[in-house]
Amino acid sequence: MNLQVEQIDKDLVHNFKIIGEIDIYTAPKLKEHLASLEQAEGMEVELDLSEVNYMDSTGLGVFVGFYKEVTANNGSLVIKGLNQRLYRLFEITGLNEIMQIEQAEGGEDDASV
Amino acid sequence: MPQEAGKQYKQMLENYLHSKGEEDLYLGQQFSRSFIEKNIAPEDVISIHKNSIEELIEDLPADVGVSFDFLIEMMIHYGLALKEHQSLIRKQESIQMEMDIAVRVQNTLLQTTTPEVIGLDVGWISKPAKQMNGDYVYFLNETSNEVCLAVADIIGKGMSAAMHMSMVKFGMDSLRYEQRSPSEVLSFINNMIEKSISDSMFISMFYGKYDTDTSTFRYASAGHEPALLYRAAEKKFLLLESKGLLLGVQEGAKYEERIVRLEEGDFIAVMTDGVTETRTEKGFIELDILEKLLHDVKCEKAQTMVDFIFNQLSKMQDYVLHDDFTLVILKKVN
Repeated sequence: MNLQVEQIDKDLVHNFKIIGEIDIYTAPKLKEHLASLEQAEGMEVELDLSEVNYMDSTGLGVFVGFYKEVTANNGSLVIKGLNQRLYRLFEITGLNEIMQIEQAEGGEDDASV
Repeated sequence: MPQEAGKQYKQMLENYLHSKGEEDLYLGQQFSRSFIEKNIAPEDVISIHKNSIEELIEDLPADVGVSFDFLIEMMIHYGLALKEHQSLIRKQESIQMEMDIAVRVQNTLLQTTTPEVIGLDVGWISKPAKQMNGDYVYFLNETSNEVCLAVADIIGKGMSAAMHMSMVKFGMDSLRYEQRSPSEVLSFINNMIEKSISDSMFISMFYGKYDTDTSTFRYASAGHEPALLYRAAEKKFLLLESKGLLLGVQEGAKYEERIVRLEEGDFIAVMTDGVTETRTEKGFIELDILEKLLHDVKCEKAQTMVDFIFNQLSKMQDYVLHDDFTLVILKKVN
């Protein structure tokens, strides 16, 4: 299983595009990529998951850890481009209440599961 | 010291070349121990042999000496590869040992007893995908008219998962006689583990309390898979959703609490994502497949129901579990 992480920084916002499946095997790679980002006060980070079609709880753990790190430095984190299944995962876990989560465009209509 | 060993080796080799007897051979075998004790590497042993044989046989063909240089070079790398291999095996053994302890903790300390109360039929199954189960089921049976149920899913494996499970269990036990509501129990456990859990760890947990006097079920969820409620009169399934954040993410998180009343034949199915994320060749199973299977066996005993669902879903994924599988059924009976 493959996972690609591309970093495309725009202005002062760090943009990451994640491509592939995030599971117990690929999560360490994602964690490593995110950890390589030097934490700065008030840092803004956007993670694009529009090309992630599967993620398990280990993947969620990586995002929770990263969220804690960014917010500890008064920064902000946006996770966007979630497909319906992934959005549901953030919803069930209650993480959508504390994190800024955006569904993929066109995915809003059939959000009811 | 290697010089001393070299001298002794040369003497023994000389004796053997003359006698070719068993006794000298045996002495050589014994001597190999002293090489180990003196920490002499295999390639050094060959080097000692080369020096000895060159001294013992005057007209030794040059190529024979060179062939030993070749062997020495080879043994250096062989020794390194062997060391690496051995250290991997040792590492594997220690992981296995930790896993064995964790499994033992799980099988002793974390056991639970299926409650027996009048008017409620309880069945449950919890199967690990690998050796250690990351799912946890715990029943508290305070009084004869009350059943408390916790179903939790812990990320991570091994000792850390077993320790987090113990925290969850002892958290629940410490509130045992305090008549706390499900949302209070989750808040308490969340605040307790939030301090001691690492940043990328969390636990999802469903906690419910069934009162046989009023046939009501109070529940709250900490980021856990919603439970299913089957309404026998309408032959319909409802999702028991209730808002709440995963345990261990944020201190002071609040948990919504809801209540439903069960009628005869109604049942509640509490599960972990190992059930809803059953992965077949065609992708994930949809919830309606699970509902259909449950509907097919709705008149059976709760234990028969969970066993049936487990067998069917594991058959669908060729009997290979991708995730730990836990299903609990609480059914109101006469």
